[in-house]
Amino acid sequence: MKDKNIKIQVILVALYFVFSYGCKNKESINNETNKVITKKSELVTDYPVEAPPFSDGAFPCTDCHANFKPNPVKRVLTDWHQDISEMFNHDSQNRWCLDCHDLNNRDSLRLASGKLLDFKESYKLCGQCHGEKYRDWKVGVHGKRTGDWNGKKEYLLCVNCHNPHSPKFKELKPELPPVKQQFLDRKVILPVNLDSIKKL
Amino acid sequence: MKKENSRRSFIKKVSLATFSALALSGCNGAGLDEFLQQNFRTLSKKEKDAIVKNLEKKYKAKYGKEFHVSDKPALEGTLFGYALDLSRCIGCRRCVYACVKENNQSREPQIHWIEVLQMEKEKGIDFAHSNAQYNPEKVPEEGYFYVPIQCQQCKNPPCVKVCPVKATWQEPDGITVIDYNWCIGCRYCMAACPYGARHFNWGEPNIPVEELNPEVHYLGNRPRVKGVVEKCTFCIQRSREGKYPACVEICPVGARKFGNLLDPDSEIRYILENKRVLVLKQELNTQPKFYYFFGI
Repeated sequence: MKDKNIKIQVILVALYFVFSYGCKNKESINNETNKVITKKSELVTDYPVEAPPFSDGAFPCTDCHANFKPNPVKRVLTDWHQDISEMFNHDSQNRWCLDCHDLNNRDSLRLASGKLLDFKESYKLCGQCHGEKYRDWKVGVHGKRTGDWNGKKEYLLCVNCHNPHSPKFKELKPELPPVKQQFLDRKVILPVNLDSIKKL
Repeated sequence: MKKENSRRSFIKKVSLATFSALALSGCNGAGLDEFLQQNFRTLSKKEKDAIVKNLEKKYKAKYGKEFHVSDKPALEGTLFGYALDLSRCIGCRRCVYACVKENNQSREPQIHWIEVLQMEKEKGIDFAHSNAQYNPEKVPEEGYFYVPIQCQQCKNPPCVKVCPVKATWQEPDGITVIDYNWCIGCRYCMAACPYGARHFNWGEPNIPVEELNPEVHYLGNRPRVKGVVEKCTFCIQRSREGKYPACVEICPVGARKFGNLLDPDSEIRYILENKRVLVLKQELNTQPKFYYFFGI
């Protein structure tokens, strides 16, 4: 009897290891696929958003900013980020970098309240002023949703379509206008050849 | 006087001629099956399966590509609706060509299920002064707005009423479809549609084989032949699988919204309940399920 119990215990322990190993394996696969998106932060946002579109080498900001002493004085940047200074058109009279970026933690955004925010949650920052758009975006009316209409959907961040430093949607080259086939080649349309009728 | 052509001998001769003509025309089994096929809505599951299989074989032989033909019926409890934000559309025509690609529309002669009309802001929605041929360097142009037109999936579709052979009908999920095997090409439906949303294959459709979309639906984007009418089906091959139509997914400004009108939590219902919506040519009582709204 005792032998039997021990046997069962051994089997149970073995099963436990097998299952836990299997689960771990699955986790590692999941982690790898998610790596591209999450990279540094393990943040889970309220909405399944795409990654913020950083330009090459721009993030993390501390790569460069760790070496600089933070300067909170409002000014036009001339040494670095000149491209942004030139295009900046987002209430530029009243606002500048540190209204959205944090002075001390450059890898974070910052709400008006002072609360730090991950770049993946930038929609909350935009929503501070554009509340109506934010409301529409949350229910999928403003902006594009892809995926399943009755299931899993993917959202785009505001900044995937609007450059945060110059948010007006850029003009596009239109695709070619249509060619109405009815007006192309009359011979194709008519069952009889017009020329042969004329000869008669 | 001897009667040379009795009724009996006439019938005999004609039937003999018909059968021999059929035999001589080299009709193979599948071709004859297709010729004798009944209206799609009267077919049993088994008959549909056989037809789908035949089509897959036929397309494989014709295009040298593996096709997957679906005949998936409407999903329970769905009624599809569509909304388009006029304040967002910039008239870039990305939707037009995404639709052409997804739904295997003929490239030459050209068929487009979506037509984008440019209208003057001063005149408002005014079809008489609209322009589909606009082609500037950049859109949107100052002083204009854009109204993309496609099948409005009317609840009261005049095109269905006029079809003399019942080759077009409204499915339970609200999509008006066409059976290309049953269509006789009379084009009554095109005359009846107030939106110009139906298109006729005047010539044999041409699509580069590498651009063919092999994921097709019997009532939707399967390859058509010369002499049949076609139109937008809300990408029936995608929407019945739970996916958004191709035009929704391509739109760079997110002006296109799609969903289930029977689901109170859907985007489309939110728009109907919270935005000001309009339908085109409301006075005709076609009751479109394609709504335009002004989202700003």
